[in-house]
Parts: sequence; C-alpha cells; structure tokens
Amino acid sequence: MQSVVLNNIKKVYGKDQKIAVDNVSFDVNQGELFGLIGPDGAGKTSIFRMLTTVLLPDGGSATVEGFDIVKDYKKIRNIVGYMPGKFSLYQDLTVAENLHFFATVFETTVEENYDLIKDIYIQIEKFKNRRAGKLSGGMKQKLALCCALIHKPAVLFLDEPTTGVDPVSRREFWEMLKRLQEQKITIIVSTPYMDEAKLCDRIALMQEGKILSIETPENIVESYPDKLYAIKANNMHALLKNMAAYEKTLNSYAFGEYAHASFTDVALTENELTEYLKGHGLSDIEIKKTEVTIEDCFIKLLKS
Amino acid sequence: METVIRTEKLTKRFGDFIATNEITFEVKKGEIFGFLGANGAGKTTAMRMLCGLSIPSSGDAQVAGFDVYKQTEEIKKNIGYMSQKFSLYEDLTILENIKFFGGIYGLTDKQIKTKSDSLVEKLGLHNEAKKLVSGLPLGWKQKLSFSVAVLHDPKIVFLDEPTGGVDPLTRRQFWELIYDAADTGVTIFVTTHYMDEAEYCNRISIMVDGRIDALDSPVNLKKQFNANSMDEVFYQLARGAKRAE
Repeated sequence: MQSVVLNNIKKVYGKDQKIAVDNVSFDVNQGELFGLIGPDGAGKTSIFRMLTTVLLPDGGSATVEGFDIVKDYKKIRNIVGYMPGKFSLYQDLTVAENLHFFATVFETTVEENYDLIKDIYIQIEKFKNRRAGKLSGGMKQKLALCCALIHKPAVLFLDEPTTGVDPVSRREFWEMLKRLQEQKITIIVSTPYMDEAKLCDRIALMQEGKILSIETPENIVESYPDKLYAIKANNMHALLKNMAAYEKTLNSYAFGEYAHASFTDVALTENELTEYLKGHGLSDIEIKKTEVTIEDCFIKLLKS
Repeated sequence: METVIRTEKLTKRFGDFIATNEITFEVKKGEIFGFLGANGAGKTTAMRMLCGLSIPSSGDAQVAGFDVYKQTEEIKKNIGYMSQKFSLYEDLTILENIKFFGGIYGLTDKQIKTKSDSLVEKLGLHNEAKKLVSGLPLGWKQKLSFSVAVLHDPKIVFLDEPTGGVDPLTRRQFWELIYDAADTGVTIFVTTHYMDEAEYCNRISIMVDGRIDALDSPVNLKKQFNANSMDEVFYQLARGAKRAE
C-alpha cells in the first residue's frame, strides 16, 4: 500500500512566480525508506513543507496515509513526524522538557513510545537537564529525531538531517534510520550527499524543482550507459585539464583521488590514453575500469 | 618554499575546556591545505585564531608573516575568507558586492573597475552583473563569493565548508577555481565534510578532540592508516574521539 502519493504537485514563489517545485509526482510505499537527492534549490524542502501541511501547493494534489494535504491537514499533522533542516526545538527548554512537551502536544507520554526512541535517547540522556540551545550539533540532531518520533508517527519526514555533519556522525545517523525502518515507519529523507543515496530503498534525483529519475539505487547505477574509467596521474589539476581537452572524452571530472571518465570511442585502449597523457607531461599513470556510483549518474543527468 | 602559516603549540581555552590543544603545523605558499575534523573537534576555533578574530590562550602563530597576538589587523588585510553561511550581500547586485568588498579591502576605484570587469568576464556573468545576488543560483553565488574573497590578492584564502549543499558538478567547478588560484601562488586553507574533496588537497590535517592527530598528503595518510580511502582514514581517527560532539 502507498503511504505518500504526489500528483503533479507545484509550488511557485514571489512576484516573479519562480518555480520551486515543477509538477512533481511520485509514490512512496508503506515502510519504505525513500530519498530525495539533490542540491540546494532542488525543491526538496518545499516538497516536505507541502506534505507536512505547513505550506499550500499551487497546483496538483497529494495524500499522506490516504489523507489529502489540503482538506485533511489536521489529520495529517497527528500522524507525521517532521524534522526540519533548521533546528526548531525550544532552545530554552532542556532535553527532557522538549521531549515531554512534544509528547504532550500529541496527547501521549514519553513512556508510551519510549521503545521507539530508546536507542537514540540513551545517547543524549546524560545531558537531559541541559538546555537544547547549549547542545552540540550532533546532539541537537538526535534530540530533534527523538521529538519527531515520540508520538509514533506513520510517516517520518527528515529534511537534510546530515547536512554539515561529519562523516562519522552521518554514518551513525543512517544506522539509526535503518533500525527505525524495521518498526514499519515510512521514512522520507532528503540529502545533498550522494553517497547516502545508496542506503535508501528508492531515490528521486532532483534538480531545480524537477525529478530527473526515480529508481532503486541499484537500478540507477545499472542503467548508466557508458563504460566508466578511473584514471590517476602525478598531477590532478593537469590530468583534469588534459582529459577535458582530449578529443575522445565524453565526460571527465574529478572523483576523489582519481578522475572518472567515459569516452566516445568504445574501442579506446588503455595504451592509447596512456600515450596521450604521457605526451602531455603526465607520469605515474594508472587507468582502470571502475564501478559507477550514484554521484556519477547524477553528474551524467546534469550534463545531459 | 616560503611558509605562509606557521603555528607552534597554538592553544585556545574557554574556562576548563581546551577547544584547540597545542596544534603545530606549517603551510607553504601555493599549497592547498585541507583542515579536517569531526564536528566539535576545534576547527572553527583554530581558524578564528588564524584569521586574527580570536586571541590564543598560549602558543605562537604567524599568518602571512604577521603575529596572531599583535598584528591581527595586518592579518585581516592579507587574507581572504569565505564560508557557506556568510559570503555576499543578497540585496546588493553583483557589481555592488564587488565594489563594496573592494572598498573594504582598500582597493582604489580604478582597481575595483579593472577587477570587476575581469571577474564578470571570467565567470561569464555579463547578463547578471546588475542583478541582485539573491536571484542567483547557489552554485554561481559560491563561485562569485570565492572570487570576491580573493579580490584583493590575499596571500591566503580561508574557505570554511565552501561546497556544502552544492550539486556535484558545481562542486567540481568550484575546485577548478581553487586549483587555478593555487597555481597563481595563493595559499588555500579549506575545511570540508566531503572526503573526496580531501583527496584534492596537497596535504591534510585531521583534528580530534582539539589536537591534530594526523597530518600528511592523502596518499601518505592512506598508507599510514592502511586504508583505501580518506573516508576510512577519517573514520578510524574520528571514531576514537572522546568529546561528546
């Protein structure tokens, strides 16, 4: 069964009618971990705000657990948890007071659903008497997740929960999400980090209000049309310049310690490319076929 | 090679808390230096001292040849700074922003004019030059704010998470600007949470609990930690952090 359904949802802002969300449609299944992947300005936050009924759409329709986001907004507010991108808890209440407050607002108690947040809450419990405004970034994030969960929502909306968060804390956060998913909660999460996309059941790649692709991460990667190579040399900047200038290059860009590249000529040999790069003063050249990542797919979509 | 940043046991305490704990390192002219660490490891505090915005509790440091205790105003004139949070004035046009920052850095009207023209040319912003910055796509804003940060030809530019939230193509274009600037001898001091970007740096330091626990080129760090990627190196170091981040 479908938990969230969007049908040509549209949002425009301001006098100049700037389109933030451009006729977006997708479905999310119950218990699915669904990712909205895209840079700032893709329209992710506007979609979250419409689905959580804090922003009215300018066109189209959508439902959450069968309820209409315009007509049934009161019902939706009772059954969703929303963690906005900006920290939105009460800074001058303590950790424990914030949690208690949100439980009470939803007419439940912390004890009632403690099992759901236990794993996360024990990590911040020793700071329970500290004001939320005095917490570090990582702890704020964990408290916000607890508060979004305390009424056992059917659908959890997480807007860029890991932006600006270091790689270790990001990894821990995703492990928490995976455990929550086992509780049959539908989770819609947005992120600008492409490496997090592969942890979702399905992802929508977004750019400037439009959906470029909706698929499982595996299928997105499998449908990549070109043979992809990883190339290394003694100087990355010179390598990138020479790869971009090479007549047989289809796409080339930096990718960590390697450059990733695909070629117009499928018969291109590694020797031929090595000779070309050597001829341009590069040394220590290494060329190998490489696995495609979501980031490669996104770059391909942006360039096409 | 000329040394443009030199620190010796640089320390900042806030009461009992040691935010930055005796960090010692050097950065050479034209180097791209990655300054990494988990949230709360002490990066921001260290950067504030190096930018002349915060007086150290102990230790020494010179930035662009100036002392971080006594010559903070000279430091500010010789560095550029850009972060994702603050960069340009949204309600000024592109040209107004350039003029404003040029004026702050003490450029003459003539210099500002020359700089504006070449910048607009280089970034291909002819049609947007007289439009408000608020209407620009984020990627363009980031490129423009980098260019504005190096408008006064500083010796060093500090970049605090310059590519957060930017799409993968723009992120790479941004790094091309960084490479180009480094080629002309500008020293780049950059923080990032993208571990692939750590690979683009000549050398990297990784802070844990206020200390610098590792400092070397990406290749050597991977050897040292027997890791396949910088992500793994970072993970090995940062997961041992004691500070409740």
